[in-house]
Amino acid sequence: MKTNDIITIKGVNKWYGDFHALNDINLTVKEGEIIVICGPSGSGKSTLIRCVNFLEKFQEGSIVVDGIKLTDNVKKIRQIRSEVSMVFQCFNLFPHLSVINNLTLAPIWVHNTTKQEANKKALSLLDRVGIKDQAYKYPNQLSGGQQQRVAIARALCTSPKIMLFDEPTSALDPEMISEVLDVMVDLSKEGITMLCVTHEMGFAKKVADRIIFMDEGQIIEQNEPNTFFNNPESDRLRLFLDQILTQ
Amino acid sequence: MSIFTPKQSRPSPKTQVGILSWTTKYLFSSKIDIALSLFAFYLLYLILPPLLDWMIFSADFSAKTNAECTREAACWFYIGEKMNLFMYGMYPLEEYWRPNLLLAITLSFAFIVRLLRFQPYKNKAALALFIIYPVVAFFLLYGNDFLGIKIVETDQWGGLMLTIVVALVGIVASFPIGIFLALGRQSRMEIIRFLSIAYIEIIRGIPLITILFMASVMLPLFFTEGINFDKLLRALIGITLFQSAYIAEVIRGGLQAVPKGQYEAADVAGLSFIQKTVFIILPQALKISIPNIVGSFIALFKDTTLVLIIGIFDMLAIAELATSDINWMGRKTEGIVFVAIVLWSLLYLMSRYSKALEGRFNTQY
Repeated sequence: MKTNDIITIKGVNKWYGDFHALNDINLTVKEGEIIVICGPSGSGKSTLIRCVNFLEKFQEGSIVVDGIKLTDNVKKIRQIRSEVSMVFQCFNLFPHLSVINNLTLAPIWVHNTTKQEANKKALSLLDRVGIKDQAYKYPNQLSGGQQQRVAIARALCTSPKIMLFDEPTSALDPEMISEVLDVMVDLSKEGITMLCVTHEMGFAKKVADRIIFMDEGQIIEQNEPNTFFNNPESDRLRLFLDQILTQ
Repeated sequence: MSIFTPKQSRPSPKTQVGILSWTTKYLFSSKIDIALSLFAFYLLYLILPPLLDWMIFSADFSAKTNAECTREAACWFYIGEKMNLFMYGMYPLEEYWRPNLLLAITLSFAFIVRLLRFQPYKNKAALALFIIYPVVAFFLLYGNDFLGIKIVETDQWGGLMLTIVVALVGIVASFPIGIFLALGRQSRMEIIRFLSIAYIEIIRGIPLITILFMASVMLPLFFTEGINFDKLLRALIGITLFQSAYIAEVIRGGLQAVPKGQYEAADVAGLSFIQKTVFIILPQALKISIPNIVGSFIALFKDTTLVLIIGIFDMLAIAELATSDINWMGRKTEGIVFVAIVLWSLLYLMSRYSKALEGRFNTQY
């Protein structure tokens, strides 16, 4: 069924100054696959997914996204970014634009959609994440959970093939986490390829096709959820799971 | 198990209001406060009564000649007599309708833009006005043989009219240049960045007076003889060059205050550099910079008085010039007080406008 490789990461190395942030990363993601990446802070999870849409440059290795090889070429980078959407930890909504304009900006200016079409799609997406009635407010008038749902709707507006989530629930009050996770679970049934950096293990168990554990810039272990949680191979993962699950 | 029933919210307790509690809170809340307040009152007592007396109570409003103004106070008829000079300088009397018409056009433009603000085409309309306006203003003030409007050379311009022309041209021309310099200073292209930094640092290191002198005295030396570069134009160029360096730094502050996440979110959406800058970064950066931009323009407005040293008669220079009238010797103070009141009123309007702009663009609820 899921056969096409949509992301191929080969031998990627990245340094911040002398700090070896990503150490020889090899990873292949199939179309429609849902991958959760976890690990302690500073392990390179965010850096890895930020390399996929070139928010971070890497010094060695290669990344191919949907047949397009990442290079410094601005056109190629924009081409990839029009297929890859991202949801950030602190939402990064545009505070000077209303919710609806946040959603329609990229469709209108990057994807040449007409304004009517973009508005229609934006409203239906807002409806889907349950905040259609907030469409004409400004981001700062919404709660954190609502803002993150707007951010997800904004990411979906350009009909991306791949969605990157960079700790989407980490900046939220506990009461608002579930409203965002519900949207993400709903999304996972769509067939969009998803790479999620998150500590929400319940979410991972529920939807992930594969869970990746990273530490010190390396992929230590990857497996389907059942084996990942019940039969971890490495001591490092066992320790991490003990800590995170006994909280 | 008990059921949680939240208590009813109550209205907040009424704070003490009234003049008495206000004075105790803001003027006499501690010993130092009391001392400072009393000192301030004493200063006001020293300054205000004589000033008001000179300006209003003992002032002479009716005396028609200098000789009739015998009191030791202001003689305001003098201002009325010289009003045309203060407003238009040497601009020919029969052409006053031109600056007046331009003022009327300016005010109605502002009104039209205000009326259109809810229309979908408002940005295009505003841009069109913005492009047409300077052309109209130039033809009206300077004149054009082809259109049959008599040419009035710029050395006849003066007074408040000239002050406003210099300030407005300086503001309008330096703003876009400042934006480009600020963006240039942040550019990843080394040459552009270096040139922007060099320009900003050099211009900021030179006093405006020097720039004006250079523009009026040295610039003509570089051109072949016979090319006569208008003196006012040279001053305007000098002021624009000067102001744009300051505006660039103010806007750079705004650019740096826009969170990194905004740049990333715009990049991730696939926006090009220009789209990112125009739609995402600049609106936020400019909003943050409004108080400083207006502050810088207010400073420019005041600096326009320096053009008098290169022989251009702005309003302050007129106050000086008007005293050379034999019939009105020794009335310089009236002129300067009048100029001060007019300029202060205009600047105060600018600062209120800045406050209103901040409110309009505020989306942080």
